Amino acid sequence: MDIVAVRKDFPTLEHSIAYLDTTASSLTPLSVIEAMDEYYRTYRASVHRGLYSDAERATRAYEDARAKVATFIGASPTEVVFTAGATASSNMLTYALEHSRQWNEGDEIVTTVMEHHAALIPLQQLAKRQKLALRHVPLGPNNALDYDAAHSLIDARTTVVSVMLASNVLGSIQDVQRIARRAHEVGATVIVDATAAVGHLPVDVRALEADFLFFSGHKMCGPTGIGVLYGKEALLADLEPGFFGGGIVEDVTLTEATWTRGVERFEAGSQNVAGAIGLGAAVEYLTAIGLPEIHEHVRGLTAYAQHALSEVEGVQLFSAPPEHNVGVVSFTLEGVHPHDIAEIAGRNGVAIRAGHHCALPLHHALRVPATARASIYLYNTEEDIDRLVHSVKEVKELFGATTAI
Amino acid sequence: MTDIYQAHILDHAQHPRNKGTLANPDVSIKGRNPSCGDTLVLELSFLNGTITDVAFDGIGCAISQAAASILSERLRGMTTADAAKLQADDMYQLLGIPITDSREKCALLALRTLHDALGAETGAPKNV
Repeated sequence: MDIVAVRKDFPTLEHSIAYLDTTASSLTPLSVIEAMDEYYRTYRASVHRGLYSDAERATRAYEDARAKVATFIGASPTEVVFTAGATASSNMLTYALEHSRQWNEGDEIVTTVMEHHAALIPLQQLAKRQKLALRHVPLGPNNALDYDAAHSLIDARTTVVSVMLASNVLGSIQDVQRIARRAHEVGATVIVDATAAVGHLPVDVRALEADFLFFSGHKMCGPTGIGVLYGKEALLADLEPGFFGGGIVEDVTLTEATWTRGVERFEAGSQNVAGAIGLGAAVEYLTAIGLPEIHEHVRGLTAYAQHALSEVEGVQLFSAPPEHNVGVVSFTLEGVHPHDIAEIAGRNGVAIRAGHHCALPLHHALRVPATARASIYLYNTEEDIDRLVHSVKEVKELFGATTAI
Repeated sequence: MTDIYQAHILDHAQHPRNKGTLANPDVSIKGRNPSCGDTLVLELSFLNGTITDVAFDGIGCAISQAAASILSERLRGMTTADAAKLQADDMYQLLGIPITDSREKCALLALRTLHDALGAETGAPKNV
């Protein structure tokens, strides 16, 4: 991978920011911006509606994007629903499942303590409404999932199992296939939150044995406001729509409506056409560079960052080993709140995130109120990490100076 | 350089005054900063409409901790009526540092918790 060439693809980097906040949102390459720009400038039209050439071109571009995304995750285009993002996917899926199935009191949902709020809370709400038990796979040694516990938690009462492929705090990559196999043994439906993983690792929905899988576009070089919900074709066919409106109906009377077949049933209303086109361009961009190359680059920098940060006295790392990590290095510095680290880093042009990263239960399990998080992607360099470490040392000096008084 | 981390802020953050709990508080109320998970417990004792004792506990960034410490010093001996009138601008003045939008919630956590305790308004929109 030619890092110099890659960095030129990202206009944001021109103002010399050390951008280490990809897990919040990645930067956008020119090819994605240009693909959306072209749509807005030259064939701006709604999809699946107009009979004029721009509308037909927009529809083709939108469906091409769906096909690209499908190939990217090993799915068929008939299994890829465009949404507004991972949170929308998760909420819509939970709603759709709730209204497509018979739930019995005492049925169980199994998820994990490391889930993002976007995956966890819709399930909490579902469990409350339907009087289901919500169970959580705990952490085992080295903050990995406790797979033995998962195996025994998932049993005949389990109807849904939800697990994140990569942690947005620890960077760790979960053995989703192992969880999915156990879930399918007991007839449960498997939901995978792949938001932190897609764009970092080759993701194959069949290899993972996922029934449903979702992610956002904006953490994988795509634009904001677009995401994906994958569902196995046979399962999507039995699913009620999660949102209602135009474009999803076969027939409508004053009191009733019936739904179209296929993924359009889940895309009510005018769609985010530019977003989908941008996401398709992001998939092309990442594929051209190569996910194995990207992961190797990220792995090297993750190892570099873990080593450099661990050399600073008082730093505690919460970060999976580099080879099983999507480039997330969370840490604390003794005696200093992570917000103060992020503030001082920010003043030095180093973008990191501080807080609980929408994973409060995980922070409770890690027994820290908050962490500072550096997240690494294809455009980062050792210099970015050096600037971060320099800032951490500066924080330490600033806060250490008064402690000594 | 980092103008918000002035010596008095760091001093209050690292050596907070009135940190801990009261034996028999008249009110003990929890404040939260939802965006970062910071928590604050503020305890007050009253006598004839005057705050006679104050303590706080919790976890947060230097700004939120310093704000709680500085505010706690200000509150002792103050009437509850006057304390209820303290506004966001008063808190900024007590802190004596420029507060940007992103640190507003940190700076005002203690004041908002105080106002929750007294049933008063902070004079700045909540959850901004």
